[in-house]
Amino acid sequence: MSVRTLPLVFINLGGEMIYILDQRLRASNTSDDNSEKVMNDIVGTMFSKAFIDELLKPQQLYSHRTLKTVLTRLAHASIMRLNPASMERLYELMVMAFKYQVFLCPRPKDLLLISYNHIDTIREFVKDTPVVVNQVDETHRKIIEVYSSLSEGEFQLLRQTLLIFFQDMHVRVSLFLKNQVQRPTGRFALSTSGPVPHGIEVPGLIRTCNSKGREVRRSEFPTGGSYSSPVREGCFELHGDRVTRLGRNMYTLSHPEETRTSKAPSVKTSDAPNLLAKEELNLLARLMGSMKAENKTKVEAGFQINLFTTDQEEEEAGDPSGAEDSMSGVINIQAMQDEQAATELARIAGQFTEQEEPENPYCNKGDDLLAMMDDL
Amino acid sequence: MYHKEKSIQTKNSASALYNNLGVLRIAPRRLTYFAVVHANVVNMVSASWDGLDYSHRQLQSKEPNVATSTSLVTQAAFCVLPSRDLLVVTSQKGIQIYESDGSIMVYWHALETPDTPTDKAVFARGISAVWESYICVGVSSGSILVFDVPSKGSNITLSEVLEEHTESITDMASECSGSQECIADLVSADDGGNLCVWKSGEEFQLLNKIHGFDMSCSSVKLWKGTVVAGYGTGQIRLYEAVTGILHAEVNAHARWIYSLDIAPFSGLLLSAAEDSLVRVWHLNLTPESNSVEVAHLHNECVTDTQICGAKFCDSDGYAFAVTGYDLSEIIRYTQS
Repeated sequence: MSVRTLPLVFINLGGEMIYILDQRLRASNTSDDNSEKVMNDIVGTMFSKAFIDELLKPQQLYSHRTLKTVLTRLAHASIMRLNPASMERLYELMVMAFKYQVFLCPRPKDLLLISYNHIDTIREFVKDTPVVVNQVDETHRKIIEVYSSLSEGEFQLLRQTLLIFFQDMHVRVSLFLKNQVQRPTGRFALSTSGPVPHGIEVPGLIRTCNSKGREVRRSEFPTGGSYSSPVREGCFELHGDRVTRLGRNMYTLSHPEETRTSKAPSVKTSDAPNLLAKEELNLLARLMGSMKAENKTKVEAGFQINLFTTDQEEEEAGDPSGAEDSMSGVINIQAMQDEQAATELARIAGQFTEQEEPENPYCNKGDDLLAMMDDL
Repeated sequence: MYHKEKSIQTKNSASALYNNLGVLRIAPRRLTYFAVVHANVVNMVSASWDGLDYSHRQLQSKEPNVATSTSLVTQAAFCVLPSRDLLVVTSQKGIQIYESDGSIMVYWHALETPDTPTDKAVFARGISAVWESYICVGVSSGSILVFDVPSKGSNITLSEVLEEHTESITDMASECSGSQECIADLVSADDGGNLCVWKSGEEFQLLNKIHGFDMSCSSVKLWKGTVVAGYGTGQIRLYEAVTGILHAEVNAHARWIYSLDIAPFSGLLLSAAEDSLVRVWHLNLTPESNSVEVAHLHNECVTDTQICGAKFCDSDGYAFAVTGYDLSEIIRYTQS
């Protein structure tokens, strides 16, 4: 529906990806030089003028598959390599984090504050490289320019479009479970107490008017919650206090095992069609084309990032024949779920690397693009 | 006052859209139809009153051609006309009208989509049956399409296009009291919170325009000449339709209101919001003093759920049904 989702999607999902990668780089004791290089390469590609300009064009939000492809290419803009199963896990984490932020977003307009929290933190990661900082600032300015004229109704449409995109995803993230922002079912906790969003009145008051429209009486009703006055509004400028914590880096203080994920008991299989419509392939072509050429020097300094705590798990995850996923850090209700989770992961990993021929007669360039997707 | 009944499971979950629940009571067959939108699909359930029989059906949004990606549905609503009941489905590409059981599509209207993408989204949203033979549907541009519906058959025609709103239409409602005395037939609401009040006819007449406060009015109802409007601020406002005089204002919810409904025989009002709460109110109109009293009756909390649809299942408000984002069930409540 909304044609303005892509820039916010990439900034926020890309931001979450960078948070997770940063944590993994530190956890695996990667050298400062390598870490900095990875960060600069990824952020530099993500915030490159060509890429951002493509994103800012009004267009629909397409499928998870397209998004995954572009994000994988972004990750591989650095010297780091992720195998498909790792990318799958990474994508789940990124999406669940963003879904959580969008779900709990107090006002639709606060989606911008969440995005700015991501941009602020990204700026910190690359602060020693002025060229990249400039790119981030330029992007931030463009975002402010494009989005400051949107009405609350348009922001809500944007939010609704994102929620539809994330629908039925209930992957449980151990960090969220630990902080009790996510329930064991995979749903996010929604509180009926606390401050109301900025610009909203605390519920409980009924004002009655006379026939001239003048207020004559006030009465109260029980709200079933305990709400309080709003906190101050966050800053929408280039720099400032965003006030909301949504979009800030949750992984700074946590331990590596907290990036573990597991599928919730009743996981719905994706309804996304195998075909990519012509429009979507066009977008994919434009986005891939606008990113800087991939670093071909895989031979020299390239290294594999480990998304899991032990080498054994990394091996198992990389093995698409579905070895058992040990999830001891996550609250599991039945042993059955591990099996389901493992087979589900294997199926998805297999699907991602499958050679698929498009049946769509309109796509001739499609073959090349799909092949390219499968090679990643 | 109300207690929870057994929920109806749906094939997939409800999408986060305004007014995302349609209910049609078919008394002669002792059935109730429910319609819930999930992305590009409408899930229909036919439930027998004895609670023993449920049948499901899915309607797809119409794709004009294979080159474009799927079209998201924005709303599905039942339209009750004197001669027939229809189901109207609005999407990014156009408007589909079905027989009320979803068995046959009787009409398709394609929205004009520009060749090059514009910076505003294009979609239809806001559905209401009006008086004898009209179905009105809103568009993201602010236009309202008025369709003339024959008593049977598929010869539905576009009778008029009303251009009064400049922002996207969010919801529309017709006078539901059944009273012939009301002057106003239809109210339309938009993303700026503006409300237009209309009289239907061969040419629809604008009776009044009530200006908004730059805050979206997501759901609106018209009852006994009173407009009841729900806003993104969580407030409900009641206005006298023809004059625009404010009768009452309620700070009802802590988040965006997604659905309002009125039970016309009893004057019960239902409001539901993203704050996970459904509230039941009573509206008391006193024509002599030209005032409306709003009394709060009941709350229901659907834990951890942003509610997207709430409707009474009958004209007295004896029962109501609720849908929530990411929930694959229709939750029902009945008076104790």
